[in-house]
Amino acid sequence: MQDSFASSDLSRRRFLGLAAAAGFTVLGLGLTGCASSSTSGGTASDSGADAAKQVTGSVTAVGSTALQPLVEAAAEQFMNENPGVTVTVQGGGSGQGLTQIAQGAVQIGDSDVFAESKLSAADVSKITDNKVCVVGMGPVVNKQVSISNISLADLKKIFTGQVTNWKQVGGSDQDITVINRASGSGTRATFEAAVLGSDKVPDSFKPQEQDSSGTVAKMIAETPGSISYLAFSYFDDSMKALSVDNVAPKDEAVEDNSWTIWAYEHMYTATSPDAATSAFIDYIMSDAVQGSLVQQTGYLSISGMKVSRDASGKVTKL
Amino acid sequence: MIPKRSIERVGKLATGACAAVATVLVITLIFMVAQHGLATFTVDGISPSGFFFGTTWNPHQTDDAGSPLMGALPMIAGSFAVTLLSCLFVLPFAIGSAVFVVEIAPGFGRKVLQPVVELLVGIPSVVFGLIGLTVIVPWVRGWAGGTGYGVFSASLVLAVMVLPTVTSLAIDAIASVPDSYREGSYGLGCVRWQTIWNVVLRSAAPGLMTAVILGMTRAFGEALAVQMVIGNAAAMPMSLFTPATTLTSVLTMGMGNEAMGTVYNDALWSLALVLLLMSLAFILIVHLIARKGARSNG
Repeated sequence: MQDSFASSDLSRRRFLGLAAAAGFTVLGLGLTGCASSSTSGGTASDSGADAAKQVTGSVTAVGSTALQPLVEAAAEQFMNENPGVTVTVQGGGSGQGLTQIAQGAVQIGDSDVFAESKLSAADVSKITDNKVCVVGMGPVVNKQVSISNISLADLKKIFTGQVTNWKQVGGSDQDITVINRASGSGTRATFEAAVLGSDKVPDSFKPQEQDSSGTVAKMIAETPGSISYLAFSYFDDSMKALSVDNVAPKDEAVEDNSWTIWAYEHMYTATSPDAATSAFIDYIMSDAVQGSLVQQTGYLSISGMKVSRDASGKVTKL
Repeated sequence: MIPKRSIERVGKLATGACAAVATVLVITLIFMVAQHGLATFTVDGISPSGFFFGTTWNPHQTDDAGSPLMGALPMIAGSFAVTLLSCLFVLPFAIGSAVFVVEIAPGFGRKVLQPVVELLVGIPSVVFGLIGLTVIVPWVRGWAGGTGYGVFSASLVLAVMVLPTVTSLAIDAIASVPDSYREGSYGLGCVRWQTIWNVVLRSAAPGLMTAVILGMTRAFGEALAVQMVIGNAAAMPMSLFTPATTLTSVLTMGMGNEAMGTVYNDALWSLALVLLLMSLAFILIVHLIARKGARSNG
């Protein structure tokens, strides 16, 4: 007995053994976690009647990088009010968010697009959509482009490669440089649904692509004759936002659907989320978030919308 | 006192464990990428010839036969184009400065020039990308016309990024040429430049090749800086001055947007597999050169 306390090499060896074992376990978990679904502990428990109102547990939200700033800010406030809950917010993209919520690997999957567009019908039935806010987007051009209004038909022609010079749509004689977003990004899906409709881009038209709004803004500012599209919150003096069919890109125009290029931001949960997750979603939908944080992060409050739109694009008046 | 034999055993165990973790990590990684990457062909039924030689990349749309449009040749060609062109740009500068550092001004070169070049290693690639976007792209647009985005701009940015790697290795290669070779050359009446050109560079050739290939490996795998200046249009790189794309930029732009298990996602893993195999091939070539060099030097 005395021996095991005195000999330091034994404890050192035991430590090394433990460290190696821990290392291998972490490694194994990490790698299988990428390949298959892993279930992270995140179960909230209402422990007894005493702590009746106080929810506890941990919530992980993964997905859309566009929505990330809002969810992070909301999570911070939420955790201040509910010290028993830990909310972790990660990026990764809408595809990641939807995959992981469908697998049950996380509690919330953030997405810029409807799950129907990325997942199979069987996977969609396993999750619940929470539309938390609305984002308006619009075409932006380099400042030197002379026009400030464009018809939807002309916009479609530009983004399908039928029109390649600004003079064909009423501008000066200059080549059009189209900057698209990454194929599969939420912004592009929204823009193409609203502008192209059912028309497809011909295979021969291969415009540039960029995947971050910040880079697009910079490229528009610096490339003569360029056109792309951005969320309203990225509009600034270094570029020119176009009106479409004489409607200016304004929040009010989005709310009554006279500006048609907009999308919901979604936070998907399991069909029966745990208490902590429900509490967090309720908090996001409450006035504390909808009335201030949503606007601060550049979105439109869901409560201000006068229309609603479903996954197939059908618009109904509220 | 710890018995000496125990110290020995603990040391062996600790280092062995580290080596084992590294090996397991590499093997698991290759296995995982291969598993996902091959699923495109085995599970989703995409034909390999269509994938590697097709020139239309638009996986969200299908062709007349109903299979997704997945031709990866524009990315593969784009990756090779920027890699080779950037090495062409970097080679004279790297070998020139290595000769200067080792043969011409060893004092100044080793103390000032080499550390300055090596500083470039520490600069994050996004900074190179931003410089490319604000300096190189407008400059290329100015004299070549078009948009300025393309293979040429990307190769210039990459050349600056791989310059320190290639230069450091070229310095090592030239410095490892034995002095007896130089003395023999001087003894035959050659001047310094003749010695450098005919003796030093010839004997250092395998080492210089290694330097270039390791530079190519870095250029082939660079994603962010290239993505910012190449324009990312999935078209065959027919001109140096029109937008093209590379394997890495398609990967970084697409991965987050596509759900796991979809055909598009599997196709991205296939691109990652191509990237991984190419890097392994580069490393293999380096080893072959090293072995050959060791044999010829006795």
